[in-house]
Amino acid sequence: MAVKKFVVGNFDDEAVLFPAVKKVRRAGYKIHDVFTPFPIHGLDHAMGLRDTSLHTAGFIYGITGTATAVGFITWALTVDWQINFGGKPFFSLPAWIPVTFELTVLFAAVGMVLTFCYLCQLAPFVKKDHFNPRSTDDTFVMALECTDKTSEAEAMSFLETVGAKEVKIEYKETEWWIGRYDKDVKLFHKEN
Amino acid sequence: MALLRYESQVRSPLVDGTKDYHQVTEDICRPVEANPSKLWWVGFLISVGLLIFGIVSVTMEVMYGTGQWNLNKTIGWGWDITNFVWWVGIGHAGTLISAILLLFRQGWRTGVNRAAEAMTIFAVMCAGQFPIWHMGRVWNAFFVLPYPNTRGPLWVNFNSPLLWDVFAISTYFTVSLLFWYSGLLPDLATLRDRAKVKWRKHFYGVAAFGWTGSTKHWQRHEALSLVLAGLSTPLVLSVHTIVSFDFATSVVPGWHTTIFPPYFVAGAIFSGFAMVQTLLVVTRKVLALEDYITMEHIEVMNKVIVLTGSIVGIAYLTELFMAWYSAVSYEEFAFFENRLNLDSPYGWSYWLMMGCNVLSPQIFWFRKMRRNLFVTFFMSILVNIGMWFERFVIIVTSVYRDYLPSAWSTYYTPSIWEIGFYMGTFGLFFTCYFLFSKFFPVIALAEIKHILKKNGENFKNNMGEVEEESTEEFGHKHGHDHGA
Repeated sequence: MAVKKFVVGNFDDEAVLFPAVKKVRRAGYKIHDVFTPFPIHGLDHAMGLRDTSLHTAGFIYGITGTATAVGFITWALTVDWQINFGGKPFFSLPAWIPVTFELTVLFAAVGMVLTFCYLCQLAPFVKKDHFNPRSTDDTFVMALECTDKTSEAEAMSFLETVGAKEVKIEYKETEWWIGRYDKDVKLFHKEN
Repeated sequence: MALLRYESQVRSPLVDGTKDYHQVTEDICRPVEANPSKLWWVGFLISVGLLIFGIVSVTMEVMYGTGQWNLNKTIGWGWDITNFVWWVGIGHAGTLISAILLLFRQGWRTGVNRAAEAMTIFAVMCAGQFPIWHMGRVWNAFFVLPYPNTRGPLWVNFNSPLLWDVFAISTYFTVSLLFWYSGLLPDLATLRDRAKVKWRKHFYGVAAFGWTGSTKHWQRHEALSLVLAGLSTPLVLSVHTIVSFDFATSVVPGWHTTIFPPYFVAGAIFSGFAMVQTLLVVTRKVLALEDYITMEHIEVMNKVIVLTGSIVGIAYLTELFMAWYSAVSYEEFAFFENRLNLDSPYGWSYWLMMGCNVLSPQIFWFRKMRRNLFVTFFMSILVNIGMWFERFVIIVTSVYRDYLPSAWSTYYTPSIWEIGFYMGTFGLFFTCYFLFSKFFPVIALAEIKHILKKNGENFKNNMGEVEEESTEEFGHKHGHDHGA
């Protein structure tokens, strides 16, 4: 297993973190990830992450639920076993709306949560590394990935100049659980 | 701090006191990390005692049938379904707070949503017990599911409101659970990272699913919460609508009315908020969380109570009007003789309901009363009693004197086992709530931190100076290059 080197900067204020992310990207460093105790709106765009498609997945799951409900009930009550309920038509769609609606919601919700867990690789007994345990408390942790060309000393002093309170070098084994978003990250465009 | 939106200075802060992020973590994790107090043990053991009483009562019912409950030929639903509708109603506030108020961007929901959602889940668990054990031959309960069987296969009746209920309640329970737990993940991770004892590290390590707080995860988490909120909003309205269909689609005078869906939903929110008040007025005191569940929160919820209580009141009056206007003698008899007439055998329950649900909440038109904890607590109990009697009135007074006078059965009195079953669900509910308040953070940590700089007392005062650049604008200016 390869070992990767990271320069980790700890920030104590998201107001400092924001411009720091901007400057770090402009300087050409590669941000491995930023760990924050709560969601910070716009940070994903600032980091150049693409939007999530989780909504689309949810829509597809929902449609699947609708189709399952309508299809199954239609088959069960009009084809497989017709029952005369008070002389009403076998195909009585309005009476099936409640079950159809519930299954739509159920499929969408369950599917989305499972997809969310899959994409983020979250499950019971999964252990991941997030560099600083305080990052779930009050610290905003920015991890820069070092390549052969990166000078650690330069990166460290750069992080300090943009406002990091504490900077250190950490070595992590490259397993899937450190997470890699290489494909997600868009390079910073000068014209912006 | 860059702000998403400007928060008016006129509004009171949602987090009192001088706090930074770490202080928030400390305050909310303290009750979880401390040893349980004596008071906690007393409450917990009483709840477990009630739960055991409930289990004994249910055992009696399973052994001897629903006759143990003194149900009779006309009153087949009695306390049992009354309790079912009551608990389901209570289970509506949590999702309303977490979903609908999220869509409406109500910042105050962050203080109360976690506990309210937990309450929802426990209330729905209690509600589910009643129709299941009411089946009598409970070992056949799986008959309600459409599974391939050897009887044909004979499918369930998808045209029946009772089957819609099965789908509505089970979907509601599942989705509420997912919504609640996915919101809990970051907070469980905080507890995991703070844990010093081995079992705690392990327990919260497993429970937190390996949450790290990565920006990408937060981005997906936000998307997930928003879509789940969007799904839960119609869901929460659909659930009590479908419960009301159990009655509204019948041809029994007193049940056969089209006003039931909105009237039931308003009543559900009404009783749900009352239960949230009952729990939180105590919880905030015992766990010393007054800075997070402030008087502001209590007042806002009291406003919801007076609004929904008045909607319910209008529904009652509409029902009476329609009974008269329909000129159907059976309808008139159900409303004016069986309910409104104080001298009729159950007239008292109708007036008790009117008093508790319609008249008493009007006290909340006064700000002083809305901000008085004793009044709030007392009113929350009164509303829950009133809402229980609403369901009792609907279920019992509509059927105890039906078309056939020889079948009239006045004075249906519940047996000790029927009461025991009801008490048992209180045991279940509070056992779960006590465990929840001990092992999980009762306030959404990450969400409080998210609003802290907008709505925290010490940040609010100097907000004019710190507002510089909106994060959204920043996001659009830098790196937001879709389609580029």
